[in-house]
Amino acid sequence: MTLDLTSVGVRRGRTTILDTVGCTLQPGQIVGLIGPNGTGKSTLINAIATLLPFSGTIRWHGRPVELGKIGYMPQHALVQADLTVTETVLLGRHERLGWQVKATDLDAAIHALEEFGIAGLHDRSMNILSGGQQQLVLLAQRLLRQPDLLLLDEATSALDIRHQMQVFDRLRAYVQRTGALVVIAIHDLNLAARHTDRILLLHQGRVAGDGPFETVISPDALRRVYGIEAEILVSPSGHRAILPLGAHG
Amino acid sequence: MTGVMSAETMRGAYRRASARRVAMIVAAVLVLALLMMLDLTTGPSGMPLPVVLKGLADGPHGASRGVATILWDLRMPQTLMGALVGACLGLAGLQMQTILGNPLASPFTLGFSAAAGFGAALAIMFGGLVPLPSYLVIPASAFAMTLVACGLVYLVARLRSASPEILVLGGIAVLFFFQSVQSLLQFLASPEVLQQIVFWLFGSLLKATWTSVTVCAVILAGSLPFVLRDIWALTTLRLGDAGALSLGVPVEAVRRRTFLLVAVLTAGAVSFVGTIGFIGLIAPHAARTLVGEDHRFALPLAAVTGAVILIGASVFGKLISPGAVIPVGIITAVAGVPILFAIITRRGRKGG
Repeated sequence: MTLDLTSVGVRRGRTTILDTVGCTLQPGQIVGLIGPNGTGKSTLINAIATLLPFSGTIRWHGRPVELGKIGYMPQHALVQADLTVTETVLLGRHERLGWQVKATDLDAAIHALEEFGIAGLHDRSMNILSGGQQQLVLLAQRLLRQPDLLLLDEATSALDIRHQMQVFDRLRAYVQRTGALVVIAIHDLNLAARHTDRILLLHQGRVAGDGPFETVISPDALRRVYGIEAEILVSPSGHRAILPLGAHG
Repeated sequence: MTGVMSAETMRGAYRRASARRVAMIVAAVLVLALLMMLDLTTGPSGMPLPVVLKGLADGPHGASRGVATILWDLRMPQTLMGALVGACLGLAGLQMQTILGNPLASPFTLGFSAAAGFGAALAIMFGGLVPLPSYLVIPASAFAMTLVACGLVYLVARLRSASPEILVLGGIAVLFFFQSVQSLLQFLASPEVLQQIVFWLFGSLLKATWTSVTVCAVILAGSLPFVLRDIWALTTLRLGDAGALSLGVPVEAVRRRTFLLVAVLTAGAVSFVGTIGFIGLIAPHAARTLVGEDHRFALPLAAVTGAVILIGASVFGKLISPGAVIPVGIITAVAGVPILFAIITRRGRKGG
């Protein structure tokens, strides 16, 4: 019951984007996929989601991944459709819906809205929501499907700090309740420090670090991978925060 | 975003919105029924409403032969055909706009009407060689050519991928091909034949007969189960390809089979009456504006709206020139242009 990646590679023409990525991810965890721009985070997410051809093998529960059975949220998931928020979340269960939407399905969708703190938007059209609001709606929609593997590509990038916290709290509760595995590509290192169980640090298409945040992210690693000088502060309560000091030319 | 909102309120809002949309469809059906009555009462020979009602009540073998003939043999097939063709085009239009993710697509975007036109022109020129009456050969040929066009685009989509870009590119190629060969036929045709071809291309309900009504009704009814099967998948497609895929919708398969349905519905509509433009473009917009994009409501309403527009154009055409009925295809096209402009400018304001 693990997500196994064995020498996963992705090429676009002559360019190697991912090169022999390998790891085994355990369920019940939130795994943060971090690394500089263009280092292959989205590519890896998309490869796991079977949306692009790759070499090597990716196995979930020992079998190839089936996109329809996992939860996947692309980076730019902007929806331009005249669907209300309730209608959009309901589509998370489209396979079960008929002419009449059953009370159980409607209630599940409404519950998901409440969980993500977007009940107040229930009758708004997706057309007029902000990017952050849409992210919350689409997250609620994906979780409605109860996936045991959830792939999120920068799913909190457009959210304010409060909603980022809220989303990670939701994800944490979900992981604890269902034992699901969440893989999230994320740029915000402090958010990753606070909310992930494990970090996969990508650098130039390879895994440059794998493990808990405190072991993977050091001033030396940040210099090597990101080319920045930074201090890592530890608060009295034991939380870590990165204080960037400067970037190398 | 943090306002307190009870589940009961949200449930009620959703149910009320659904009820409102059903009411909208019922209202559209009533408008259609009224317009169809009006269509039956207008025509070159006139006929006041009470006479029409009596004629309808008496049935096709009523006492007054004149009334029965005009009503049941001439006007009724035209009215029914108008409603059926409008419904087919409205339905096909919304499906096309949804699978291509483009509000400016229509059933004719992928060259189906050009193919039908070529098929008709071919039959008008060479149909004499076939030992069948021309009122069957022309539609059959138009229908067949539409399916050929569909097959060509389908093949391209099969070889590459059923992405909107590939479909549109394949469709444009097919469109130009059939337009060119049809121009070639027109170039080669004698003046009388040319006139017939041009008249066919206008799109007119005058060509309607009980045979065409029956065939068109069978095509529409036969397509419906397949349309309904994918109704939620089509709504989900509005989230974008990646969104729909991640919700388990087989996006390419849905797109391919919907595209086949569009071809069949369009072929059924235009084969008998010629190309009637803009309905497949505008009816879906009207439907979406009124009931949103839940296809459970939008698809039926697009069909009814298509019928309303076509019958409305037919009534209008008969009213402005009672003597010589203007082909309805011309009226829908002329009336469609300002509506299209309105759509484009409204879209521009929303920022695309």
